[in-house]
Amino acid sequence: MSVEIKIRHALKKYGENVIISHLNLDVKEGEFFTLLGPSGCGKTTLLRMIAGFNTIEGGDFFFNDTRINDLDPAKRNIGMVFQNYAIFPHLSVRKNVEFGLRNQRLSQDEITKRADEFLSLMQIDQLADRMPDRLSGGQQQRVALARALCIKPHVLLMDEPLSNLDAKLRVEMRTVIKEIQNNIGITTIYVTHDQEEAMAVSDRIAVMKGGVIQHIGTPKNIYQRPANLFVSSFIGRSNTLEGALVMENEVPHLSLGQLDVAMDNVQEKYRKNQKVMVSIRPEELLMRRETESGLKAIVDDGVFLGLNTHYFLHLASGMEVESIQESTIEHTIAKGTEISLGINSEKINVFTADGSANILDGVCNDCTDV
Amino acid sequence: MEGHKKLDVWSLITILFLALFCLILVYPLFEILRQSVLDESGHFTIAQFVRFFSQSYYSKTIVNSFKVTIAITVVTLLIGVPISYFYSFYQLRGSKVIFVLSVLCCMSAPFIGAYSWILLLGRSGVITQFLSRYLGIKIGSIYGFGGILLVQSLKLFPLVFIYMNGAFKNIDNTLIEASANLGCVGLKRFFRVILKLSMPTVLAASLLVFMRAFADFGTPLLIGEGYRTFPVEIYNQYLGENGTDHNFAAAISVIAIVLTALVFFIQKWATSRYKFSINALHPVQKKTPRGLSGFLMYLYCYGLVAISFIPQVYIVYLSFRNCDQAVFKPGFSLANYQLAATKLLSRSIRNTLVLGVGSLAIIILFSVLIAYLVVRRPGFWNHLIDTLSMLPYIMPGSVIGIALVLAFGKQPFVLTGTMLIMIISLVIRRMPYTIRSANATLMQIPMSIEEASISLGTSKLKTFAVVTVPMMANGIISGAILSWVSIVTELSSSIILYNNRTITLTMSAYVAISRGNYGLACAFSAILTVLTSISLVVYLTLSKSEDISL
Repeated sequence: MSVEIKIRHALKKYGENVIISHLNLDVKEGEFFTLLGPSGCGKTTLLRMIAGFNTIEGGDFFFNDTRINDLDPAKRNIGMVFQNYAIFPHLSVRKNVEFGLRNQRLSQDEITKRADEFLSLMQIDQLADRMPDRLSGGQQQRVALARALCIKPHVLLMDEPLSNLDAKLRVEMRTVIKEIQNNIGITTIYVTHDQEEAMAVSDRIAVMKGGVIQHIGTPKNIYQRPANLFVSSFIGRSNTLEGALVMENEVPHLSLGQLDVAMDNVQEKYRKNQKVMVSIRPEELLMRRETESGLKAIVDDGVFLGLNTHYFLHLASGMEVESIQESTIEHTIAKGTEISLGINSEKINVFTADGSANILDGVCNDCTDV
Repeated sequence: MEGHKKLDVWSLITILFLALFCLILVYPLFEILRQSVLDESGHFTIAQFVRFFSQSYYSKTIVNSFKVTIAITVVTLLIGVPISYFYSFYQLRGSKVIFVLSVLCCMSAPFIGAYSWILLLGRSGVITQFLSRYLGIKIGSIYGFGGILLVQSLKLFPLVFIYMNGAFKNIDNTLIEASANLGCVGLKRFFRVILKLSMPTVLAASLLVFMRAFADFGTPLLIGEGYRTFPVEIYNQYLGENGTDHNFAAAISVIAIVLTALVFFIQKWATSRYKFSINALHPVQKKTPRGLSGFLMYLYCYGLVAISFIPQVYIVYLSFRNCDQAVFKPGFSLANYQLAATKLLSRSIRNTLVLGVGSLAIIILFSVLIAYLVVRRPGFWNHLIDTLSMLPYIMPGSVIGIALVLAFGKQPFVLTGTMLIMIISLVIRRMPYTIRSANATLMQIPMSIEEASISLGTSKLKTFAVVTVPMMANGIISGAILSWVSIVTELSSSIILYNNRTITLTMSAYVAISRGNYGLACAFSAILTVLTSISLVVYLTLSKSEDISL
């Protein structure tokens, strides 16, 4: 049985130090929801408030219609996976998995059956009698997941569960986690600072900074139409340039020095002359021959990465930018070559001068029609 | 709803401990302070302190105590750290024997070592006479400074050994490999990496040895002769030949507390300069000792243990020798044991076991609870409990004995002469050690393990019982061995608190020595040695099956 999670005006203080204030969040039933942000952004704090390990200084937390603020953590029926797995070192794998079941009124047969079910689901049934000190990181991760899931929790909370694994295992385990979550359909809140991992597993992501949610949306939406400049630079790589929006014959034009592009997707209320910040992802910077119109730039280096070639350049202003081009059969463009840069005006993002809002159509921050 | 704190089971435990500590710690300490500034008619005076510092007869004892204690601390480190290093980093044959024997050495009552060394190396000692008769060698006096140093160093180095084993076990093999990789091996690595990493433990062991040596009273009493130390002086003033002087004894006690407190804070300050935590994921791979260095390693370890263990064996041997009062005669018999049986033997054994087991159970229960309060629920009140529980750490045993007599020898709490007052003194004296090891262990257990248990639907108290305590077991047990050792061989506070009904084996042995009945003393000591040996073997067998690696 899954629940939806509703958080209203959450407040977290350590002494007089406010970590999170007036935070609202809705997680749908069965959804894989990720809290993403740099360290210190409050994502783990929020997760631990939901779990009951951090006190809640204000606001309301609901599982469906039940307010859980004052519910003992032991009674919240939460499955939690910790960053260091928190496997009980004095208990065997099976005993670890059975641990939570023993707190429910279940017969020994039922306990064994349920433990077996999850041991085999996580493919650790052969390890059942091992002690934790003889498990690899990936295996411990599987035990932690089996232990959290076999109590059939309402909610699964995961606190950077993959950060202690090596890169290859991380990719493997995130697929495992995603699959299991899909099969069981349990409401899951996942905390990570790794944006690629977040994109890979999540139905929706909340990008956090300084205790404030910057953008809630699908991975695709967050990547393509970030709500503000922070989200745009935190998710993926981005070149950030200063520019101006100029109205010509009722049509907004983006002016970037030598480059001028008509932008027909600017929101109505922002259609006026103003300074803007422009965020251009490397694949949205198009390299052309020097004679064509565009931003003049000089190639500093080109790195061949197989599918793509990664170019480092600098503009006439001295500003350094990156561009990714599909590799061609011809030579990589040599260092020192002068070229001109165009942009994919459909994909780039334009923000207000302070970077606080995206002024283009299609931004969907916590909107319902996903 | 803002900032409120819920009262739960743990808050209740906090309150209970505060009340208990006020009664058994604060009140006696207050009594001793009060008595130290009163004269016989009950008026305020500082005459006692003036008397102590103005007469070199008294003040000299401080200097003596410090000199010999510092020497003992340095020597125990010099001999204890190497043996622990060999034990932890090399696959020594019979390493278990080395460990068990050295623990046995420090398990003996302090005066037994002194007494045995006197019988071996004293004026009419066996070795002394052998050397002078056949080889014409005079080894000089072992009485005084040298004797105390010899006996105490050989008795206390196992503390360093045990402590350092723990520290060395915590050193991650990759750190050793990394330093080799960076070109730092051998002695250089030992001093620059291994010892540096173990520095907090070295300091902790030093403090432990210092406190034990400083407060020891049995050894200087027997072998010190003219070299008068502080604890002996306190005892003399309390029960000495010159009649009892409670107020002066209280004043000396206060001075003792101030001095040891000073040492304690210096050690704390030194330790604070080495703040880091290490967590061995890859335990050290023990090497096999080879060649000449291997031979020397074996020679050192077994030699040291043998020398330390000789006194015990010799006492057991002597206990079967015929003996007339202070003179051992040729021939063997069980006469000494028969005599002991008529002299409260069964009562001494029973009391020793009851006091030992009872106090230890209370100590373990209290320590685990207090460690949990201090580490997991830090706050003003729990911090206060921690501080209070550490008070006895800086109080020599005889001071605690006197404090308890002053506090519980009169209304409203008359406890003198009961088993209860003996248990109280043992508990408050030994608890700091177990609390420290319990604290250290708990700090190493990540909070998330308990949270995992709670999130799986286990209540806080049950989590404590089924997760926290089992994980702490290792640390608690090693702390408890040390406590058991010192409880069974405890002398300095019991000597003030005991009577005929609450007499222990150690006290019986001491009484026999002081009455010049050497054969009887050997019989009691031998039984004590056997008792402690058996308990150690039982412990080692039991703990092996529950070996938990954290």
